[in-house]
This record gives sequence, C-alpha cells and structure tokens, in this order.
Amino acid sequence: MSIRGVNIHIDQLKHRYSAKSPLTFDGVSLQSPPGEVLAIIGRSGCGKSTLLHILAGLLQASGGTVRLDEEVVQKPSPHWVMMFQAPHLYPWMKVAQNVGTGLRFAGWKEARIRERVEEAIRLVDLEAHADNNVQDLSGGQQQRVALARSLVMEPELLLLDEPFSALDAFTRSALQRDVRSIAKRLGFNVVIVTHDIDEAVIMADRAVIMAGSPGRIMTELEVDLPDPRERHDPAVQAMRTRLMDAFQDAAQGKSGPKGNEAAQEAIAANEPQAAGQHG
Amino acid sequence: MSGGATMSGLDFTAAGAALKSSGRNLANFVGGLAILLAFWWLGAYLLASNPQTASFSTFGPIPTFQAFPELWANGKIQSAVMTSGYRLGLGLLIAIAIGIPVGILVGRSKRFRELSNSPFQFLRMISPLSWTPVALFVFATWNQSIIFLIAVASVWPVIYATSAGLAKVDPAWFKVARNLGATPWQMLTKIIMPAITFDVLTGIRLALGVAWVVIIPAEFLGVTTGLGYTIQDARETLSYNNLTAMVLTIGIMGYILDSLCVFLIKRYSWQRGAG
Repeated sequence: MSIRGVNIHIDQLKHRYSAKSPLTFDGVSLQSPPGEVLAIIGRSGCGKSTLLHILAGLLQASGGTVRLDEEVVQKPSPHWVMMFQAPHLYPWMKVAQNVGTGLRFAGWKEARIRERVEEAIRLVDLEAHADNNVQDLSGGQQQRVALARSLVMEPELLLLDEPFSALDAFTRSALQRDVRSIAKRLGFNVVIVTHDIDEAVIMADRAVIMAGSPGRIMTELEVDLPDPRERHDPAVQAMRTRLMDAFQDAAQGKSGPKGNEAAQEAIAANEPQAAGQHG
Repeated sequence: MSGGATMSGLDFTAAGAALKSSGRNLANFVGGLAILLAFWWLGAYLLASNPQTASFSTFGPIPTFQAFPELWANGKIQSAVMTSGYRLGLGLLIAIAIGIPVGILVGRSKRFRELSNSPFQFLRMISPLSWTPVALFVFATWNQSIIFLIAVASVWPVIYATSAGLAKVDPAWFKVARNLGATPWQMLTKIIMPAITFDVLTGIRLALGVAWVVIIPAEFLGVTTGLGYTIQDARETLSYNNLTAMVLTIGIMGYILDSLCVFLIKRYSWQRGAG
C-alpha cells in the first residue's frame, strides 16, 4: 500500500444544526502536519463528533473551511475515511467482501480488489477470518474489519469517532496500539475523537481539548512519548496526569480558547517536503 | 487423538440432533395431514349417511383421489395449473415491479410517505374484486383483467414490507457507504436491496397468499380456463369429486409456492433465524 499524509487546515470553523439551534462549536481553527495522530478530547456535547463529521465531508459546516493540502472538503471521499463507534459492517457480506466494498464502489477489477483486500486483512491480523461471516466475529474482530475496510482505500486521513469505546479493555488496548503502529508505518494522518484520556495518551502525537458551549479549542498538549507506549510506564502516567489537569482546567474555564502555534510551526517545517511528495 | 475423537463425537451429536429434528418435522407433516384427512373423511361419511345429502358424498377423499388420474390424463389439471400460474406469475411480477420501488420511496422519503399515506390506506382497503368492473372497462380481455386484479391485490404487501424493511435498516450503513464513495445507484443495488431482502421476500410471500386467494374467484367470471373456471365447471356439471380434486390441486400448488418462498427467504436472507 502506498499511503501518504496530508496537511490539515481547519480555519474558523463553526456549526449549527439548524437556523434556530445554537452553535455547536465556533471559531475552531486547527492545523495538523502529514502523518500526525491528533486526538480531540472533550466532554459529550462539546461538538467534537460534529467536527469529525465535517472533516469527513458527511456534514456541511455553517462557516469556515476545512482543507486537506489544497483540497477543500465539501463531501465524502475515499481519501478521508471515517470509522465509527460501532463497526457498521454489512452482515450479508463476508469479511473480505466487507473490506473490499469501497474498491468495488470505485469500479476496481476483482483481481486487483482481491490483492489489495488480502493486504489490508493481513495488516489487521485477520487472515484466518477472511472468508467468515462478519456476524460470527467478536466485537474487536469486527472493528478490525472496519479498520481494514478504511485502510484498503489508502486514505490520507483516517477519522476515528470513539471507535473503541464499545470494546472490552484488552481488545481496546490492542487496537489502540495497532492503529497507531499502522498509521506510523504507513504515514497517514489520524484524527481521533475521544473522551478517554488514556486513549489520547496511548495513540496521539498531540491532543487538543475542546470545551464550552458552543465548543471551542481550549488548549493543546504535545504527547511526546516514545513507542511502544505502555500504560504502566511512568512517562505515560505523567502525561496522563498532565492531560487530565489540562482537561479539568479547560472544563472549569481556567484556560481560554487557543490557536495552535506548535502545529503551525510543524506544518511550516513539513510544507516543502509534503509539496515534493505530492508533486 | 482425543481432540479428533471429541470432534467426531460432536459431529455425531450434531448429526443426531439434525436427524431428530427432521424426523419430528416429517412426523408433524404426516400427522397434520392425517388429521385433516380424517376430518374430511368424517364430513363425507356424515354427508353419505344422510339420505338428503347422500348425493354430495363424492366430496369425500376416496372419490376425489379416484378422480385425479382421469383429470390428469385428459390434461385438465396441467392446463388449469399452467393458465392460472401464468396469470398469477404475471400479476405478481407487476406487483413486485411496482411495489419495490414505491416501497423504497415510502421508506426513504418522508415527504412521499406523508403524502401517500392517506390515498394508499384508502386504496388498500378496497376489496380487490370490486375493481372487476373497472378492469373490464379498461382492459380488452378477461385475461388482462384478472392479471390486473392480482396485481392490485398483491402490490400492497410488497410496498409495505419493503418500506418497513427500509425503516429497520441501520442508517450508519448509508453513512459508511457514502464515506466509501458509493453512487446513488450503488447505494440502491449494493446496500439497500441486500439490506431489505428478507422483508421484500416476506412481502412477496404475503402477496403470493393474497394473489392465490384472489385468482380463484376472479377466474369464476368470464374466462374458460384456469383453476377457478375448472371448479366452477365441475360444480355446474355436478362432478363433485372433480371439484374437490381441483380444490386439492389449489391447496397443493399454494403449499408448493409458499414453500418456495420460505426456501428463498432462508437462502437469500442474511438475518439469523430467518424464515
């Protein structure tokens, strides 16, 4: 698979569901360099899931823009794929058929689909289940199929909407590590929305905290930890505490809305290299 | 070794359970039919033992079974089944061709659902046979009229089963498909249709039942072919054993068609425990 990352530019984004409803979030500006795993943390109702749907092109923002490199996101695309809280697999298809759905939509030939699907299934360690009915899989295995279904499209950006929250602790932990490791190996961007601080520490390179009503980005934190990240590691524990403090400060209004200067610097440093890759 | 032994032990247990279940099904099938046959025989016996009704005794099982070889030899059964089957098949096909798209529209479009609710409920409650004069007015032949009556009667179960199936579909399946780049046509053929297969086939099964009920009285009128006509003809010629033989044929045909629907539901439905 040849996957690359993108520069994500979110500029003054705001959203309300209807003319009469209040703003879900307002003035959200965010940048993310290619290959970054970005976590958006916040309590329920702060608009983080809505923000993710707009990033996926599944919702139209009421104002502001989202650009991936130079392309403005206005509708869904196989280049930016979203994974949801539940796997939402198609139960009338077997594992391999589910994984190849997007390629079939794109009109690929069956032989090429088979080749790519095998690769994606191998990536998520489900080779033994390729011909199984998805209804026979465990929750964790189903979520792995959903991950393979997203990865097979070779997305530049993978959007994760609390994708592991319905899984047991062991499966969740394994998937968090695997997604980060695959993303780092292949180089695509990940934006994960979560209210789980541990998840952000284990998976993200950077965490932004959303709070308030309408939701705003209150603060951000670099999660500068080596891989693999283990929960019992003191550095991981310390980062968890820092993130928790920042989260509570944001919730109590001790930290105001912020830009993200660090990311802008990272993008500036990455831009010539990224342009070269895309050219 | 022990694993293999356990596996073969499990296989043996499973095969035994399956055999037991098949045996029970067969016993129920035969037992149920035997009870029905006993009631039929008893009815005929009561008719025969009363001098006032003795002339109707050929309604009984033995004269009926005796009538079959002759009806088969002179081609009456085959001809009636083929003609009625053609009318039923065509009427049902029209109902399916109209019912599925309309059902999808009802299920997908709130505006269409709200707008169509009153007229559809009104039309649905009109007895199909009451359309007969209108059908005769509109269509040139009785044959076409009967096909129309079958279509009118059987379109509603298909529409409502399709829309009900669509209402149960996980909306996230559409979101995922859009996310993966599905065109509207792919959404229809690759997501919507497979998702609602079970409900559509169940609707077709119900429609088949309705069509089968409608076709017999519809064939009492005007036509000189088909199962309904053959029954009418047997009544007029006082051939009660032929009449009962044709009624039995209707029952057997209905049973076979319904079993075919159940088979298709089991074969093409992804829902566990379907059928």
